[in-house]
Amino acid sequence: MSKTVKVSIKGLYKIFGDDSHAMLEHVKAGMGKPELLEKYGHVVGLQNIDIDINAGEITVIMGLSGSGKSTLIRHLNRLIEPTAGEIIVDGENVMAYDEAQLQSLRQNRMSMVFQKFALFPHRTVLENSGMARRVRGEDEASANKEGQKWLERVGLEGYEGHYPSQLSGGMQQRVGIARALASDSDIMLMDEAFSALDPLIRTDMQDLLLELQRELKKTVVFITHDLDESLKLADHLVILKDGAIIQQGEPQEILLHPNDPYIIDFISDINRARVLRVRSVMEKTTKAGSKITGEVDFDANLESVIAMSGGDTSKNYRVMKDGKQIGLLHMQELVRALVPTDAAEDGIRAGGTG
Amino acid sequence: MAMYDGLFSVFGLKEWCDSNTTTGPMTMAELLAKSAGKADGAEVVTPFLETPFPSLDTLNKSCSAFPRTRDMTAWVEDGFLGIKDGLKYVLDPLTQPLSWALDGSLIFFEAIPWFVLIPALMAITYYTSRSISVMLLVMFSFLFMAFIDHYDRAIQTLSIIFVCTFICVLLGVPIGIAMSKNDRLQRITIPILDMLQTLPTFVYLIPLIFLFSVTESKLYGIAIILYAIVPVVRLTDLGIRLVDKDVIEAADAFGMTSRQKLLGVQIPLALPNIMAGVNQTIMMSLAMVVIASLVSAPGLGVLVLRGIRSLELGVGLVSGFCIVLLAVLLDRATKAALSRLNNTVEQ
Repeated sequence: MSKTVKVSIKGLYKIFGDDSHAMLEHVKAGMGKPELLEKYGHVVGLQNIDIDINAGEITVIMGLSGSGKSTLIRHLNRLIEPTAGEIIVDGENVMAYDEAQLQSLRQNRMSMVFQKFALFPHRTVLENSGMARRVRGEDEASANKEGQKWLERVGLEGYEGHYPSQLSGGMQQRVGIARALASDSDIMLMDEAFSALDPLIRTDMQDLLLELQRELKKTVVFITHDLDESLKLADHLVILKDGAIIQQGEPQEILLHPNDPYIIDFISDINRARVLRVRSVMEKTTKAGSKITGEVDFDANLESVIAMSGGDTSKNYRVMKDGKQIGLLHMQELVRALVPTDAAEDGIRAGGTG
Repeated sequence: MAMYDGLFSVFGLKEWCDSNTTTGPMTMAELLAKSAGKADGAEVVTPFLETPFPSLDTLNKSCSAFPRTRDMTAWVEDGFLGIKDGLKYVLDPLTQPLSWALDGSLIFFEAIPWFVLIPALMAITYYTSRSISVMLLVMFSFLFMAFIDHYDRAIQTLSIIFVCTFICVLLGVPIGIAMSKNDRLQRITIPILDMLQTLPTFVYLIPLIFLFSVTESKLYGIAIILYAIVPVVRLTDLGIRLVDKDVIEAADAFGMTSRQKLLGVQIPLALPNIMAGVNQTIMMSLAMVVIASLVSAPGLGVLVLRGIRSLELGVGLVSGFCIVLLAVLLDRATKAALSRLNNTVEQ
């Protein structure tokens, strides 16, 4: 599967304060967030961010509150102006855009879903979902047609004439997603889109997003503070702390080889058996092994394999992908992988940490 | 000699004082003192506790080169009269349409027979408020006023309020929008609005009387508009600033132009606040239209004024009651319209 980079963030810095450009030198020289705040009264929002966001994937940016994740996502469509750095979308530098080009980018190529839904309270659900089309200047009929189509797709048929405040939080966010999808943009920015919802609804919405994603293959940038959510959704996971990237990569990879004590703390509480996949712990080989008990799918999670084996650690399985063997799974390896790992000793911290 | 003689001597200003004598006519106080037998210049010992404040008038007694307070007010007057012609040259044509609007509206309202106008007002009330009880209030109020022969006056007052409120909204909403977009403009405008709101209503009339002829309707029109425009400006500014930041961010994120944002998001969401401002503007123009009868504004205020001037207690009280009635029904009608608006926005 060849991957094309859709959005690329290069050397992005954001410093909040009156004289942010002068402060940039200090931050580049390695001054930390608390020190800068104490000495100069400026706040580091983001420092030295480099991310390549692949087309058709879900890139999850995870961090606790104050880590700069919401600031970061607002740089992609320049709702916030960076202090330094480049944002390349489809090979074009967004920072060089003028007002009209920026508007066209926001209207046609990027859509956004918000934590607090941010629907227009004075417009009906249908008017809200077709909003992006209307902003672009399309006529009422086509805006309503698209709005209707996506409302049905997110399971809200019958609510077209309602006002947002008449809907529950989960339904409002469905309207938010329909609104973003109806704009037919390639890139979808989701700012803590499910954080305001209660856990069951949140799971529903995550499933809805994954289902839509399988079909639509959008480039999704998803912000969250919830590790379980990020592991469930992410193709590419970026972990942010104090405005800097600590580690980024494939979620399974981060789970098995965390390179920072902060991340180890983070992942120590999760259910590894449910999150880890067979492909991450198998031995990559096409040789037929000995004492094979059966076959497992490469993308099955470890929990299901444990259930299948009945807890017997002496068993071995053949790992299959599209009907071909791609590796062998030893139950002993599997059990070992369930123990939380220490930080990989050769782990290189990406960027400075505060 | 007076109290502060010594002061001028110390600074060696005695000469200057004597050489620049401003002799004006004798003041009333001087005249009284003279006739009481105290010859000017007689040595009077002032007790320490009664030491006068060194004001213009007191200093003038010691040094006649000093201007008196009445000289100062005369300068203000001369200054105002000096710029009056220039000001009038600019303001007169600019405000002329206001006279036309006020006069035209008066003629228009008076031309409509009562049996057409009362149902029309009821229909307008029902259309904006969708409330039967408010409509009935309007009907009974006007029938009552017509029955006691106050109908014509009430309609005159109503006509002035319509015109002035319309102009207040026409000017006030754009000013409010501009203020909400620009913090500096807001900082400049707010003290002006504060001043307009706190200035005693009579004080408005004084410079206007000099600028325009009392026979022109724009004189009271300007006074009413200046006084009543404040709430609509303030609440438009506030309303637009209070629009949910998240919604504005969403509008930005989907690439709305500032025009789309203003017309499609900010004004609709600020509308309840703007309408509350319009309600206040109507109430304040009603308050001012009574005072404006001092400068020939027609309407119920004229009767109140007659009540005061010739002590016709009954005339003043009855017309005062009619004004209250008018205020209540204008307030109810706009409030009902406002709550209907709130329901649609917040649904």
